[in-house]
Amino acid sequence: MFAYEFMREAFIASTFIAITAGLVGVFVVSRNMSFLSHTLSEIGFAGASFGILIGISPLAGMILFTLISSIAVGSLSTESSRREASISAISSLFIGLGILFLSLSSESSSYATNILFGSIVGISSKEVNQLMILALFVIFVFIIFYKPLSFDSFDHIGARAAGLKTRLLSIAFLVTLALSVSIGAQIVGSLLVFVLLTLPGATAKYLVHSVPKLIMVSVGLSLAGVWLGLYLAFVTNWPVTFFISAFEVIAYFLGLSYKNWKLNH
Amino acid sequence: MIQAKNLAKRFGNQLVFQNVNFTINDGDFLSLIGPNGSGKTTLVKIIMGLEKKSGGELLVDYKQVIGYVPQFRNIDIDYPLNIEQFVRLNLKFTLSRKKRRQDNELIKTILEKTGLSKLKDRPLGLASGGEKQKAYLAQALLNEPKVLILDESTASLDVEVKMQLMDLVKELNEKENLTVIFITHDYDLTKKYTHRALFFKDQTLKEVDVSDVSEDMFDMGG
Repeated sequence: MFAYEFMREAFIASTFIAITAGLVGVFVVSRNMSFLSHTLSEIGFAGASFGILIGISPLAGMILFTLISSIAVGSLSTESSRREASISAISSLFIGLGILFLSLSSESSSYATNILFGSIVGISSKEVNQLMILALFVIFVFIIFYKPLSFDSFDHIGARAAGLKTRLLSIAFLVTLALSVSIGAQIVGSLLVFVLLTLPGATAKYLVHSVPKLIMVSVGLSLAGVWLGLYLAFVTNWPVTFFISAFEVIAYFLGLSYKNWKLNH
Repeated sequence: MIQAKNLAKRFGNQLVFQNVNFTINDGDFLSLIGPNGSGKTTLVKIIMGLEKKSGGELLVDYKQVIGYVPQFRNIDIDYPLNIEQFVRLNLKFTLSRKKRRQDNELIKTILEKTGLSKLKDRPLGLASGGEKQKAYLAQALLNEPKVLILDESTASLDVEVKMQLMDLVKELNEKENLTVIFITHDYDLTKKYTHRALFFKDQTLKEVDVSDVSEDMFDMGG
């Protein structure tokens, strides 16, 4: 399998994607932002299509769109009910825009399929390098903000009471979330990147009870999902996204069952 | 010491309170009472610097750390952290081994003080109401505050658990000269534990003698 260069590139890229998504996912779940991460991936789709239309790379287009919209959403409203409604309105608009940009550009529909559903053959070594740099940046930001971000994510009210600058933390987090969506979409596609950004983090919270352990389990599940997915996709020639989502969903329900079993024993 | 002179707060055109004057001395154990929406939480937010005053003067010695135990928290059954890890959230990041050792000692002392040592591994989402309140209190105590603000922390607890929590706070007040500001709707607790009472009425704050505190002052209507 590793005799093929595209598989080696895909494995390296996926490893960085999984580490980033697993790490960020713990905080996506604790900040109740699963829905936002879904919307950001749809916005990412529009960004990638826009990139193709104006002749820049889809990744650059994605980063541009997700960064702007994540900061906009973050400062939009602090009331969650209003935020949810605003997010779904924005989400529909961007799916429409993505389709418009693609139809205006001269690229074939298979390109759109790659953006939406991901591909393991589409990654060049230049793109792998870009992904690695972005992933390292995200990890670096997390190391810098680890303590206050954990406090704000796991006890927002307590963090505000302790005088933490929660608005600033929220923006820093949204920037890393936008980058993670853009990075992750390269392999699993923009429609399913939120699988990696939410399910491993959600599963972890049924299994362990401290922030470092949550991160370890989430990153582990995320890595296991993409590695297994890549291997099975290579062997069967089925889409990698299917295997990754199937693995993460099964892990999630096993985690949930374990928690329920523990509650009853 | 915390001192207010003609303190006022408005949200837009709406007056919350005005002409508020008080002095809170070190080691005071006072209750802040009044109907819902009268400005109790707003006042403590101003004291903590989380909200801006609209007029008057407020003297707070910010070298004194203020610990705040908020009224609401979003802790459901799936909340992942255990009690010790929840309390630890309030620790600052450090690479120093010595500081980390000191932090661990501090956590141990505070868990003991709040009666949580044996419960430290219990997921907070599965803890009882009283255990949760103790964990919130422990987290607020981590910064070694000189002033502790309890924002209706005993609401929704049964009588026995309320008393346990208040006994604990009373002990900290007496042994460590901790100033306690207790926002409450509980007549019995006000009478039993607090030495002074500040009462919000007609958009201002009056000091009343605890012995004169009556049940109608806790009218929830506001």
